Amino acid sequence: MLTIENLHAEVEGRTILNGIDLNVKAGEVHAIMGPNGSGKSTLSSVIAGNEDYDVTQGKILLKGKDLSGLDPEERAHLGIFLSFQYPVEIPGVTVTNFIKTAINANRKAQGLSDLGASELLKKIREKSTLLDIDSKFLSRSLNEGFSGGEKKRNEIFQMAMLEPTLAILDETDSGLDIDALKIVANGVNKFKAKENAVVVITHYQRLLEYIVPDFVHVLFGGKIVKSGTKELAHELEAKGYDWIKELA
Amino acid sequence: MAYTEEELKKELETKEYEYGFYTDIESDTFPVGLNEDIIRKISEKKGEPEWMTEWRLEAFSSFKKMVEPDWSNVKYKKPDLQKISYYSAPKQKPKYNSLEEVDPELLKTFDKLGISIDEQKKLSGVAVDIVMDSVSVATTFRETLAKKGIIFCSISEAIQKHPELVKKYIGTVIPPRDNYYSALNSAVFTDGSFCYIPKGVRCPMELSTYFRINQAGTGQFERTLVIADKQSYVSYLEGCTAPSRDENQLHAAVVELIALDDAEIKYSTVQNWFPGDKNGKGGVFNFVTKRGLCHNRSKISWTQVETGSAVTWKYPSCVLKGDNSIGEFYSIAVTNNFQQADTGTKMVHLGNNTRSTIISKGISAGKSQNSYRGLVKVGSRAKNARNFSQCDSLLMGNNCGAHTFPYIEAKNNSAQVEHEATTSKIGEDQIFYCNQRGIDTEKAIALIVNGFSKEVLNKLPMEFAVEAQKLLEISLEGSVG
Repeated sequence: MLTIENLHAEVEGRTILNGIDLNVKAGEVHAIMGPNGSGKSTLSSVIAGNEDYDVTQGKILLKGKDLSGLDPEERAHLGIFLSFQYPVEIPGVTVTNFIKTAINANRKAQGLSDLGASELLKKIREKSTLLDIDSKFLSRSLNEGFSGGEKKRNEIFQMAMLEPTLAILDETDSGLDIDALKIVANGVNKFKAKENAVVVITHYQRLLEYIVPDFVHVLFGGKIVKSGTKELAHELEAKGYDWIKELA
Repeated sequence: MAYTEEELKKELETKEYEYGFYTDIESDTFPVGLNEDIIRKISEKKGEPEWMTEWRLEAFSSFKKMVEPDWSNVKYKKPDLQKISYYSAPKQKPKYNSLEEVDPELLKTFDKLGISIDEQKKLSGVAVDIVMDSVSVATTFRETLAKKGIIFCSISEAIQKHPELVKKYIGTVIPPRDNYYSALNSAVFTDGSFCYIPKGVRCPMELSTYFRINQAGTGQFERTLVIADKQSYVSYLEGCTAPSRDENQLHAAVVELIALDDAEIKYSTVQNWFPGDKNGKGGVFNFVTKRGLCHNRSKISWTQVETGSAVTWKYPSCVLKGDNSIGEFYSIAVTNNFQQADTGTKMVHLGNNTRSTIISKGISAGKSQNSYRGLVKVGSRAKNARNFSQCDSLLMGNNCGAHTFPYIEAKNNSAQVEHEATTSKIGEDQIFYCNQRGIDTEKAIALIVNGFSKEVLNKLPMEFAVEAQKLLEISLEGSVG
């Protein structure tokens, strides 16, 4: 599904990613952990095609297709979804309108016509129930005045609606209380299927109690310094990140 | 496709004004120049009664004593009024009884403008008056309206057929000597629309006027007069386009609205005059005076979407003379490239318990300058006046400007006046967020701008709202920097 080979990236001349290799297969959940400043969010931005970052070496492949030179929306059309750590506000644009626009933009890229209103509504009802989203929420301006929890739930709601092949969740657990965390995790677990893959980026092990990863990777200094199974997450929780730094 | 800044700039440069065609219709055009003879000739050409000729001449004598105002936040080369032709009419007979009689070239023009008269008739139930250059060429739906006693015709025709109404009301809201351009308009106006809604009648359809400047070297000076008699209601729409030309064309219109006791007038404008090219060459100078007078318990709402013109100077206003009257102003003004807009409103509270609302949304892109200028004035005898003003500016790129000039003059201490203002910029992060969801940059900008303008777009009648949304998209295509 996702193959990253020797990826180097920099922002404003500063190297952040320093040779990353990663292989994620369909049906898998991978967790990427690491201390602050290790390059976790940069990795997600680079995969999504954020033009603030320059890829200086290496490449990213999705289902064998080289993503270099592709715009963010083209990557989205191929099925990449990023749940943002800090979702932006778009005043005056309702959640429903935004999702409708996004779905139809993706359909257009696939040569499909716009999704009919009744189909859209049916899908919205189904997915919003799953994430315990109130219908009033859907007519509010996107992320404007949303609490931290509402913003993250909205991200996962969009993921559920767009049905990507690769979902990257960037610090989705930050700002969530335990109830919201369970709801969000439930949404992700319902989404998980053998034809898609999930990459969870997190600082803490907490979220991984609910979204259980098949593999855990530790990022430090822009490199993956250790990989393992979910037990590695427990180990990190118990020991902290200091011992990892010695591995680098 | 996402765009690099360079690509965007390139596309923006090649973006053409969609309505920039010129129609080859034989025109009857006066020689250039402005003097008493020309004014007499206009009046004569239109077969006007003596009082109208005199009224024009009086306006002209006031005009001669006035100087062009220079207090607005716009810079332009003052047009040479002696180099303009003050009368241009499509040849053939000026009024048509049915569409079959209309010059087919003219009909093609209307098709290009997206106004299929026939279609409009059937689908939207909008009655249309079309003013090309200086003369009204078609008014649809007249009979249906006549059954209710509604008069909807060109102002020239109204002067002929309803002189008592015209004489009673013309110049009462905007006296000819009100300002430089209203004086000029009063002297040389050649046509425009007239509308009268009788007492207690609710106009069953939207009334609409399309203005088009076609001939080169002509100015357009139309005059609109809308009178809503007691307890009546009317919704009026106005649209404007012009061909792309290298020189600046002058448009100096006057619109007067009169809402008698308990009447309501909703006046919506989608202004899309040619804005000039990417280098700021050409484009329409849009110097317009619009004002409404509210009697007791009446209401006037101005809604405008201003995307065109090289220079806009326009302040649709309400004089709240009657007790409990209401004035509203909802505006979206978009400027791109080298466009300049100085627009806003005046709300003059004279009666007791009068209320006014101002919502202004300015969107600036390219190297344009966009100013909101508004006056809220509360007279010394106006008890319990209320005003709420909100002015929001949205900036795109680093080379444009947004300015707000709110003036408040309250002479009665029971007045409550509120003013809110915000300035924001379309962020790279907003664009990236949309891109990540599969929405390309053009569409993302349209989405953000529509969201920003929503409160005003919602005030437009349905058919117009769709058109206005499209226009916003076209005006801003490729303008993020």
